[in-house]
Amino acid sequence: MNLEAKALDIRKDIIKLIYSAGCGHIGGDLSVTDILVDLYYKQMNVDPNKMDDPNRDRFVLSKGHSVEALYCVLADRGFFDKKELFDTYSKYLSKYIGHPNNKINGVEMNTGSLGHGLSVAVGMAMAGKMDKRDYRVYAVMGDGEMAEGSNWEAITAGAHYGLDNLTAFVDRNRLQISGTTEEVMTADEQEERWAAFGWNVISIPGNNIDAIDNAVELAKHTKGKPTVIIANTTKGCGVSFIENKAAWHHKVPTEAEYQQALKELDERRAQL
Amino acid sequence: MNKIANKQVINDVLLEESAKDKDIVVLCSDSRGSAGMKSYAEQRPEQFVEVGIAEQNLVGISAGLAACGKKPFAVSPASFLSTRSMEQAKVDVAYSNTNVKLIGISGGVSYGALGMTHHSATDIATMGSMPNMRVYLPSDRFQTEALIRSVLKDEKPAYIRIGRNAVEDVYEEGNVPFELDKATLVKDGTDVTIIACGELVGDAKAAAEELAGKGISVRVLDMYCVKPIDKDAIIKAAKETKLIVTVEEHTMYGGMGSMVAQITAANAPVKVINLTLPDAPVVTGKSREIFKYYGLDAEGIVKTVTEQL
Repeated sequence: MNLEAKALDIRKDIIKLIYSAGCGHIGGDLSVTDILVDLYYKQMNVDPNKMDDPNRDRFVLSKGHSVEALYCVLADRGFFDKKELFDTYSKYLSKYIGHPNNKINGVEMNTGSLGHGLSVAVGMAMAGKMDKRDYRVYAVMGDGEMAEGSNWEAITAGAHYGLDNLTAFVDRNRLQISGTTEEVMTADEQEERWAAFGWNVISIPGNNIDAIDNAVELAKHTKGKPTVIIANTTKGCGVSFIENKAAWHHKVPTEAEYQQALKELDERRAQL
Repeated sequence: MNKIANKQVINDVLLEESAKDKDIVVLCSDSRGSAGMKSYAEQRPEQFVEVGIAEQNLVGISAGLAACGKKPFAVSPASFLSTRSMEQAKVDVAYSNTNVKLIGISGGVSYGALGMTHHSATDIATMGSMPNMRVYLPSDRFQTEALIRSVLKDEKPAYIRIGRNAVEDVYEEGNVPFELDKATLVKDGTDVTIIACGELVGDAKAAAEELAGKGISVRVLDMYCVKPIDKDAIIKAAKETKLIVTVEEHTMYGGMGSMVAQITAANAPVKVINLTLPDAPVVTGKSREIFKYYGLDAEGIVKTVTEQL
């Protein structure tokens, strides 16, 4: 499968979903898309029809507001009906809530309040070790989210217990709702911070699928400690006028912007 | 005087059951000693997780373990477990509906003179307000054992609060009436009903015995199941007795007494007096001294019933 083409298709779905629902966290969805595509179309052992398989890989979207990206990937992979998602997302009585919910096939844990997912992922990785299962656990966090103190409890414990079956991503897009991460609350030197806590650290261009894939492979071969992949991404990646704009944290495109975004993504796809 | 604390019973039951069930996991937050879980930790190292002084992580990790089929018991001081990690309890346990049993130890004013930072007199309100979360305050060691054996059989979230020290037995060995989520009728009566939970059930029972000597017939309900509360038993008491007095080691708003008043008001209006800790920092003292000061002990209950009837 051409994962780059898939990532562009998923981006188009995200834009369509947010435009039709009239809400969504578009900037963070587009920065995290390539990570999700590599995990769900290549790396992770998950089967939509076997979500009770105890050996399946686990995924926790700690930055739960990027739920549109996750839903689009899950729908495309057949975890649920894409039409139902597009018809009902965020609408009255829909099961597709604006943050991940484990009543939906494919979602392992409810998230949305930041600073929760990594602790849960640590517990999942511990359970794998206790049961001597070889599944892997992935958690994706936002860079703004790293200001939450609970994360550092989880980071400490992950290293303390040598959870080499755990891989965390930091979606380092350098923007959060109020501005740049450095203006809001310093987030630089993520690499040094995680390394000081005892994690294996890999820093990559985070919208490059080959780089993501290589990093995940390296993590799988690292023994005795968990791995964090600092994914240096572009918020809004793929759509010129959304890229690197804090205002697009959860802005909804106008009709003209919607058409323009799809046109740009189509052009990029044609160039592959 | 019984010398076995309720927490010791939890240690013993989990130690026994974990030999057969490898999915049972106990987690502590540098609290294995105060939790009475030392012998469990020593004998089941592979089913024990120390998270350090990090209650948020304690509950988050527990939820992750539960999501992978484990049966975690997170054992930590009730004060910190019910407030510091309240959001993890709300999101990772209650909302996500994970099979996590939160065991709040040294609950209420158990820590006595250590003061308000260590008291957990708001935990019924915080935990009970969360959809999916059950709240249990067992009264004595026998009921604690029955409760733990019972919740081991289900896969739903629960918060269980126990005290720090041994308390007088309410029941006796071999005679422990227990049905999950049904109040236990400790003593029947026709004039007044005292509804108590946790370690004040013993005082309610003693008060009823003293009142009997004064010719007042008192029904005592052990409402260990604060949530889901036994609505039927409350409505029945409201219809059959003239007064309800609730007794709990909790602040006055959002506790068991508030719930009783809510149910009677809607279904069978009757006078309800809530004996609680005040909506204020409590005085310094051992827990028995604090109970006496606020009229929650047998003597205080007798006084209230006599005055109100």
